[in-house]
Amino acid sequence: MAKPTGFLEFSRQGPRRRPVELRLRDWSEVYLPQDTTEVVEQAARCMDCGIPFCHNGCPLGNLIPEWNDLVYQEDFAGALERLHATNNFPEFTGRLCPAPCESACVLGIADLPVSIERTEFEIAERGFARGWVTPRPAESPHDTRVAVVGSGPAGLAAAQQLQRAGYQVTVFERQEKVGGLLRYGIPEFKMEKSVIDRRLTQMLDEGVAFRTGVSVGTSGDISLEQLRSDFDAVILAIGSTRPRELPLPGREFEGIMPAMDYLKPANRVLEGVEAQEFYSARDRHVVILGGGDTGADCLGTALRQGARSVTQLEIMPQPPESRPESQPWPTMPLLYKVTSAHEEGGVRDYNVATQRFLGTPDGHVRALEVQPASGGEVREILADLVLIAAGFLGPELDSLSSESLPTTARESLQVNSHWLVDAGREDIGPLFACGDAVRGQSLIVWALAEGRSAAGGVDRYLRGGVARLPEPLAPYATPWDSPVR
Amino acid sequence: MTQSLYNSQFEHDACGVGMVADLRQRESHRTVSDALTILENLEHRGATGSDENSGDGAGLLLRMPDSYLRAVCAEISIDLPPRGSYGVSVWFLPHEEIDQSRSRISSIAERGGLNTLGWREIPVDSTLLGAAARASEPAQWMQFTTGAHGESDLHLERLLFRARRWTSRETGLYASSSSSRTLIYKGMLTSTQLRRYFSDLQDERLSSSIALVHSRFSTNTFPSWPLAQPFRLIAHNGEINTVRSNRNWMTAREALLDTSVFDCDADTLAPIITPTMSDSGSFDEVAELLHLGGRSLPHAILMMIPEAWERSTDMEPARRDFYRYHSALMEPWDGPASVTFCDGTLVGAVLDRNGLRPARFWETSDERVIFASEVGVLPVPSSEIVRKGRLQPGRMFLVDTDKGRIVEDHEIKADLAAAAPYGEWLESGQRTLDELPNRSMLVPEHRSVLQHQRLFGYSEEDIRLILEPMARAGEEPIGSMGSDAALPALSHEDHSLFDFFTQQFAQVTNPPLDAIREELVTAVRVAIGPQHDLLHASAEHCRQIVLSSPVLSLEELAKLRYIHEEGGAEGFHSVAIDGLFDARSADPQAALLAGLADIEQRVIDVVTSGTNIVILSDRNASRERAPIPSLLVTAAVHNRLVHERLRAKVALVIEAADAREVHHMALLLGFGASAVSPYLAYDTINDLAARGELGALSSEQARYRYAKALTKGILKVMSKMGVSTVASYVGSQLFEAVGVADDVLERCFPDLSARVGGTTFDGFARAVLRRHAIAYDVADEHGLLPAKGEYQWRRDGEVHLFNPKTVFKLQHATRAKREDIFREYTKMVDDQAEGLVTLRSLLHLRTAPQPTPLDEVEGVEHLFRRFSTGAMSYGSISAEAHETLAIAMNRLGGKSNTGEGGEDAERFDTSDPRFNRRSAIKQVASGRFGVTCEYLVNADDLQIKVAQGAKPGEGGQLPGTKVYDWIAKTRHSTPGVGLISPPPHHDIYSIEDLAQLIFDLKNANEFARVHVKLVSESGVGTVAAGVAKAHADVILISGHDGGTGAAPLTSLKHAGTPWEIGLAEVQQTLAANGLRDRVVVQVDGQLKTGRDVVIAALLGAEEFGFATAPLVVSGCVMMRVCQLDTCPVGIATQNPELRRRFTGQPEFVENFFTFIANEVREYLSLLGLRSLEEAIGRTDLLGIDEDRLPEGSTFHLSRLLHPPHELQRSHRVNQDHGMANVLDRHFQDDALAAAREGRPFLYEGPIHNTDRTTGTLTGSAIVREMGSSVLSDDQVILRFTGSAGQSLGAFLPRGITIDLRGDANDYVGKGLSGGRIVISAPDDSPFDPAHNVIAGNVIAYGATSGEIFLNGVVGERLAVRNSGATIVAEGAGDHACEYMTGGTVVILGDVGRNFAAGMSGGTAYLYDPRQQLTSRLSAGDFDVDLLEFDEDRFLNDLLRRYQASTNSPLAQHLVANWTQARMDFMRIQSAEYRRVMEAARG
Repeated sequence: MAKPTGFLEFSRQGPRRRPVELRLRDWSEVYLPQDTTEVVEQAARCMDCGIPFCHNGCPLGNLIPEWNDLVYQEDFAGALERLHATNNFPEFTGRLCPAPCESACVLGIADLPVSIERTEFEIAERGFARGWVTPRPAESPHDTRVAVVGSGPAGLAAAQQLQRAGYQVTVFERQEKVGGLLRYGIPEFKMEKSVIDRRLTQMLDEGVAFRTGVSVGTSGDISLEQLRSDFDAVILAIGSTRPRELPLPGREFEGIMPAMDYLKPANRVLEGVEAQEFYSARDRHVVILGGGDTGADCLGTALRQGARSVTQLEIMPQPPESRPESQPWPTMPLLYKVTSAHEEGGVRDYNVATQRFLGTPDGHVRALEVQPASGGEVREILADLVLIAAGFLGPELDSLSSESLPTTARESLQVNSHWLVDAGREDIGPLFACGDAVRGQSLIVWALAEGRSAAGGVDRYLRGGVARLPEPLAPYATPWDSPVR
Repeated sequence: MTQSLYNSQFEHDACGVGMVADLRQRESHRTVSDALTILENLEHRGATGSDENSGDGAGLLLRMPDSYLRAVCAEISIDLPPRGSYGVSVWFLPHEEIDQSRSRISSIAERGGLNTLGWREIPVDSTLLGAAARASEPAQWMQFTTGAHGESDLHLERLLFRARRWTSRETGLYASSSSSRTLIYKGMLTSTQLRRYFSDLQDERLSSSIALVHSRFSTNTFPSWPLAQPFRLIAHNGEINTVRSNRNWMTAREALLDTSVFDCDADTLAPIITPTMSDSGSFDEVAELLHLGGRSLPHAILMMIPEAWERSTDMEPARRDFYRYHSALMEPWDGPASVTFCDGTLVGAVLDRNGLRPARFWETSDERVIFASEVGVLPVPSSEIVRKGRLQPGRMFLVDTDKGRIVEDHEIKADLAAAAPYGEWLESGQRTLDELPNRSMLVPEHRSVLQHQRLFGYSEEDIRLILEPMARAGEEPIGSMGSDAALPALSHEDHSLFDFFTQQFAQVTNPPLDAIREELVTAVRVAIGPQHDLLHASAEHCRQIVLSSPVLSLEELAKLRYIHEEGGAEGFHSVAIDGLFDARSADPQAALLAGLADIEQRVIDVVTSGTNIVILSDRNASRERAPIPSLLVTAAVHNRLVHERLRAKVALVIEAADAREVHHMALLLGFGASAVSPYLAYDTINDLAARGELGALSSEQARYRYAKALTKGILKVMSKMGVSTVASYVGSQLFEAVGVADDVLERCFPDLSARVGGTTFDGFARAVLRRHAIAYDVADEHGLLPAKGEYQWRRDGEVHLFNPKTVFKLQHATRAKREDIFREYTKMVDDQAEGLVTLRSLLHLRTAPQPTPLDEVEGVEHLFRRFSTGAMSYGSISAEAHETLAIAMNRLGGKSNTGEGGEDAERFDTSDPRFNRRSAIKQVASGRFGVTCEYLVNADDLQIKVAQGAKPGEGGQLPGTKVYDWIAKTRHSTPGVGLISPPPHHDIYSIEDLAQLIFDLKNANEFARVHVKLVSESGVGTVAAGVAKAHADVILISGHDGGTGAAPLTSLKHAGTPWEIGLAEVQQTLAANGLRDRVVVQVDGQLKTGRDVVIAALLGAEEFGFATAPLVVSGCVMMRVCQLDTCPVGIATQNPELRRRFTGQPEFVENFFTFIANEVREYLSLLGLRSLEEAIGRTDLLGIDEDRLPEGSTFHLSRLLHPPHELQRSHRVNQDHGMANVLDRHFQDDALAAAREGRPFLYEGPIHNTDRTTGTLTGSAIVREMGSSVLSDDQVILRFTGSAGQSLGAFLPRGITIDLRGDANDYVGKGLSGGRIVISAPDDSPFDPAHNVIAGNVIAYGATSGEIFLNGVVGERLAVRNSGATIVAEGAGDHACEYMTGGTVVILGDVGRNFAAGMSGGTAYLYDPRQQLTSRLSAGDFDVDLLEFDEDRFLNDLLRRYQASTNSPLAQHLVANWTQARMDFMRIQSAEYRRVMEAARG
């Protein structure tokens, strides 16, 4: 270990955010980069534990002590290599991951944890800035073909793994651009789209084929059966995209929509696409139903669009600010946190149950009738844009296949221990699945880990049972309960 | 295949020896009788088994009692020729075949040129024998012979030797002696039986001028009469640690023997080493060969036990040359040894280089010399003793009865050194590597290095945690918290063959060395080259290349590889042979075996044709040819060469890529390599340096440091087994295999005993091919090595029982009191579903058809009494953590353990039962920190830590930064000054020493049980048998995997075996010896669950220790940084900032043990049992999970499950400690009464060497009742005359004074706790006390306060680890003031070598009028000054008091001439101590 007493000498310093006034005027990323001295000091806080709980808390199994040590030695190239060995896209997780590693950090038992995620970001950004992220085409490509349906983080990770292992990979994406939730769900101020594009350049150079604007399914551009007969294997990385609805009286009023229907066009507009369904929050009273990250994304977006007011409602009580006994270290606790968006404005209200939507005579929403979830007085909240950010229910399977695919009790796809949905027949190849389509709505880091693992599953299957690519996760694994292996 | 784990090769012995010689060769019965009296007075040094009338062996060697034999022969009509021209052979004959045997012996003798004059049966009284001795008792017959041509002296001896060898070869019969010069009476007797058994010995007519006696304390199980001593020329008190290599080298050299002096072919005398002999027996056989081959007996003995010459700077050149020359002929027979020898005229003794055995002698006014392990063994009036001396390390004591005088050591050696032109021979023959020219070498590029790293299984950890730290710092890396990783044989990870072997280490029967503080006795030089006939000497014998270390650099290897080329060394030729096999074969096992056979054949071919250096190399591995593990190649080739009798003609040098750690080097040397070049490690370091990863270090510096770290590490591994020189370590095989299939052992490691089976050739071959495939067939885009997770957990790496999930579950369960979560934890640990880790995972419980209802199973409170927490010192862990455990265990009724750091006296207050912080178990470890009388009386159990699981055979250290004020107070040391506990207990060099320490502790607290903590290794069963014979109440067997503090990684991973094996062996061996019922057996080592407890109980354990798990419960998250004082959870730290982070609570620990006990109860119920007692030793309730046995291996755990013994399963009877006969019983009560009433007390009486540990019982009784600060100085005075037994005044508290007129044995004032001890010569002694020995070795060991005045010279290691006592003596031996941390030592005469080694505190004053003593100072940072003004008065006062107490003439003189004398004193303090003290003064 580089500096045994680092944690006693330096205190945690996370990244600094740009001033609120400034950042509300643009869509650029909120966080400022850190200078190398600070990054090195922060890495020096890593204690190089005998049991690095962070490494277990990370679904990818990132070798966090190793790269912290390399950063401490200012070997960013080495750190990037170490990071890339377990994580295809550290620039994504470095921005978007809620960092279960930090929840598990041993230093966090009695102190603030090591700022792992930000160090990851700094490594990755130095990698791109200094030109270390170059294509790594397979040494000995072969002509086994794999189709990946869906270009979110899981699909992209699986595709890159397999392409580098010599397969010919084609990614199918029904939207016009690649990226899935990364591109259309994450607002620009959290991750600028150029971050996706520069990674896609690498993948294209490595030989991955992307077919955008192509939907797969019984009513789509190509049927799943066709795909399976055209390719030696197919991976479904189609996400968990069915929004949870709020079937309350008045839901039919105009101006009430699932969060994704708001965020997606908002993101497309910024890319210069003239989106028909674009619904700006400008000058509106916006109410967001749901206190999670998607809600916060809506909040930040609405503020930047110039909303008159933004109110975020959560039915559950306000979570505690520090770890409660019921969620002991090293698990990832549900805590009250102030995201960058919350810092920028809007009102947050907990323990609020919406009773019904009230509308104008012309059928547009004008207010919500709400009551404390624990019971109490009913009141009205003015609203002319209501965004439902209540989570997702599972993958869209209805029109995917003519045969019904096996599902779990939670309506996601059922796979075996090597990510196989079914082994195919003589005329069609095996079908795999990964990401939110399997796990259900989750974090990007799980999606990457599942994509990598499923690539391992495909490789193992096609090579007759010999594993060559890493399989960091078993399907449905959780970090603190079931076996990792 | 053996069915149990017992193996007779594990046996050890230790002993008492004595000798009486008449300088004028006057023969008398008194000489014989006196020798027997000595033996009888050494009875406490021998031992008996469960059957107290079967001794371990006793015997007597006499100068041929000619007149007596002449008389008895006359009675049976045998007419003896003159003395010296007849031989007497004492044959052990089977009772049923006496006539037949006699006639065969006679006819062989006749063939050998000896006429048999007649036979005489030696009359014996068999009725006094115990059953075991009786069952194997032979008839002893004297055969009288004479040379056919009237030979005498050496000629006759050679004939007798030849005939005896022939007879033994042809008939297997044994002769205890066969000589014209000496005669031996010996048998499986106790020391008191010897005289009564042989009626000859009682016969007044039996007279001799020399008599030598020996009594044996053996751990052996099966009685063997021939193993009793003396042997034909020697009697040995000690242990030859390197006996395997000595025997193998002797076998190898047999082929080169020129036996013309015996007038026969060497083959007819072979084997020189009789296979069934003990180490001492083998020693005797070789000494006999060397002596009869033409050397004097002292010469032969010095060849085998040379003094430590290698690092000696002030030895005369001729003597050095003598040793250096003979080191080319033979490696030392290394180990603790006091060897007494006698050829009938010369009689003497030699002590090993470490001086690990006591040996004292007296010369009397009637010209007799008496020699024994102890003083006082023979009553001689003090007025008749003209000289008292002691044998010193590496010195020889010789009585030449022809010349009628004692020959001093320097004279013997000077004569021997002048006998041949050794210096010239060396000059012409020996070369060092430095003298040879450099050769060009290649530096491989990064990709090639990486590929080799993959091929040889390098991991990221190997580089980051092993190589890099070694290359940077030149030190072995340190780790913490034991090893909970999978056994290599069970692991799914890739393990090299090295990992399947563990290092053996010394415990109890011989001590580990202190290779750091006593480095002067060690040597790492290796001489390579062909050997020659042992029985002759010439320049050719030393034509060798001398290596300064067995670790060869790349450059050095190149020099050897090209040695026969231009500029090389004359007479040498080297050949490199590839250690590879066909990587593409369909049958890997066959390919590997074929490869091995091919290599062996090629080696034989090249050696036969004159090559004398063979380099076994894996450098040429390729896509087609995979490397055979270098250890397999080395061991196979070495053994094959020994077998072919070619080994002595060639040096084996290993060029190995897989060898990179200290352990690997040690293994290769241990299995026969002369030197090793770990080239891939060097390449790796070059590569790291080239990539800038070693900072400013150049690659040359880094490689040098790495090699240095390896060399130091090898020395440490050797020293753990008590081996001092690499030369004798080579081929010593001091390892055992865990998880290696029997056929692999048989093929390549034939001397290792098969234990539990394991991985086969096929498994090893496939492992190589897996790595080979990774190296050659799989591309790696990131260019990274696997993390492996052997030392630090990694998700894709090795399975550890403590991993993120189990730590989380265990903490969560015990904090939230959630038994359901605890069950999730135990299930993960027990099932080992993620990968097998422990041997016990392969066992299952055979549940009963009808379980016992749970409410009928004994309650948890009964089980708590069997539980204890591990020995973790206050100092290594924080007060918060330490006291949490103590409080919890006291609440439960279990026991916590102080560890070795003492205990704050405030914690002795037990008045609040809820917060009782007193540890029930008080540990006594080698550092003796805080071990005072008060500490010992405040204990329920006293635990002697002989070894610890994480680092058996090593001491510990607490760096100065962790010695905070409060730690220093508890440990009686100086804040800020680092503390070291020595590798050995300096009062346990043998099993009889352990018996003595047990007796000492029993006297210090007669109500406490005494534990002896051992670590599991092969042979631990026999050690435990010895420990049981030494009267331990409890034997604790620790698994190799335990450990809660810091340890070198080499030890942490590679020493000791799992407790399952050790425990089973202990249970089986104790039961077989009928000793199991005398002791309680405890086990510890990574116990984590109720199932672990039950399995241990079924294997034989009665009590259970937990260390890591309760720490985890208290908040430990296995950081494994205990050594750094940065523990972030406040446990392994003294930093107040970090201690605030401690979150443990006694309740959590209580919850843990409650959950464990509940699980145990449920398992007992399932087994159909009602109590744990019923489960102990019930191996029949265990089954083997055949389907879990790993693929490709042949485990047979059935050896662990040897059927349970009916009667000997658990503790039934208490040991008899012999406490009734302690001298203190005469005055203890009166002294106590006087103390109570606050009045003075005086006792006066005689004392004998059999009165051991005098004063201790009285002291402990007073302190127990009244505490340690009630008596005033000298309130209780005990005045004795005579020779005190060992441990006089041990732990003597303040207020008690022992005043002895006479002398004393070893360990005077051990643990002195404020008392005073004065020993002075009796008034009628004719000698000058300043030049005579008054007391033995290891005086004031671990003393914390008090005063010792010794009016004479004392032995080795005076004041070791003294931390507060004041000691004055008139001379001391080697290693005085070693590890001293406080107090004052004044020496008024000569001191031996290595003075003040590791002394970190206190002050020593040497009176040095001739200014010669600075050379005795050990290496280290000292301040040596004249007296300062303020000390003048202090020292003067002290000497006045000393003079007043002892009447010392020297002190009288000094005080009277103080103005001059004060200038001749020098003061010695450690520089560190001086700095700290000056800083404190401001």
